[in-house]
Amino acid sequence: MVDQSAVGRCFTPVTARVEPGRLRYFLNTLGEQNPVYRDADAARASGFAGTPVPPTYLFCLEMMDVDDPFEMFTALDIDLARVLHGEQSFVYHAPVLVGDTLTFRPSVTSVAEKKGGAMTLIGIRCEVTNQDGVHVADTARTIVVRNEVAS
Amino acid sequence: MAAADIKAGDRIVHKVFPPITRHTLALYCGASGDHNPIHVDIDFAKAAGFPDVFAHGMLVMACLGQALTDAVPPSKLRAFATRFVAITQLGARLTCEGTVTELFAANGEQRARLALTTRDERGEIKLDGSAVIAL
Repeated sequence: MVDQSAVGRCFTPVTARVEPGRLRYFLNTLGEQNPVYRDADAARASGFAGTPVPPTYLFCLEMMDVDDPFEMFTALDIDLARVLHGEQSFVYHAPVLVGDTLTFRPSVTSVAEKKGGAMTLIGIRCEVTNQDGVHVADTARTIVVRNEVAS
Repeated sequence: MAAADIKAGDRIVHKVFPPITRHTLALYCGASGDHNPIHVDIDFAKAAGFPDVFAHGMLVMACLGQALTDAVPPSKLRAFATRFVAITQLGARLTCEGTVTELFAANGEQRARLALTTRDERGEIKLDGSAVIAL
């Protein structure tokens, strides 16, 4: 079971390119028709220097470009079948645009047991910077592990 | 959205989505990079104790984000957070809503806080969230 010793643990930084084709696939999957994400003129009219990404897409970029998407689960000995997503947050500091190269630096910020050990909540924070070193966003997620409880 | 007119209690976000299909889950698996088989492989989902595959929490949050930036230009979005309250099943028809809860000043600009929810067609809450927008 994951314990407090995991707090402070950092994982391999992830470098992700914001590629137009992959973004279009995401937009099509979601039925996203907002021209700000599809049309450079609409994006400029909305105050962007390029085409921006939808609000949750940072999460996808990190997962798509990581060498081992389940590195954390392997490192902490967590069974993927027992993992649920508990919470997710994004704080946006600067625009993320098509063509950017982002760096994600994830680390474990908290470990808490709930329901008498039936669940472990793991908090992970991630600072996101772009190719110019601009701090564009912070993401945070809580992973819920459903532990095996002896009956 | 006329920023000057916004006040606490206003519902400014409202969008209804078509039912979530297995096809959507398969596409989202590839589009998002979230390859956890629990969302696309029914054998894996059953072995993990679930009756069937179910939607990625982040797919549901992406719908809420879409509803949000339909109403608020993405350049105005400062923060977006959700708690995943319940698993979203296949076939769910999601309704995403957002209501202004507070107006405040921060970082030299006027901002509003929104309370956000995503419910299925039975009214069950799937996501309980919030956003901060610049006015």
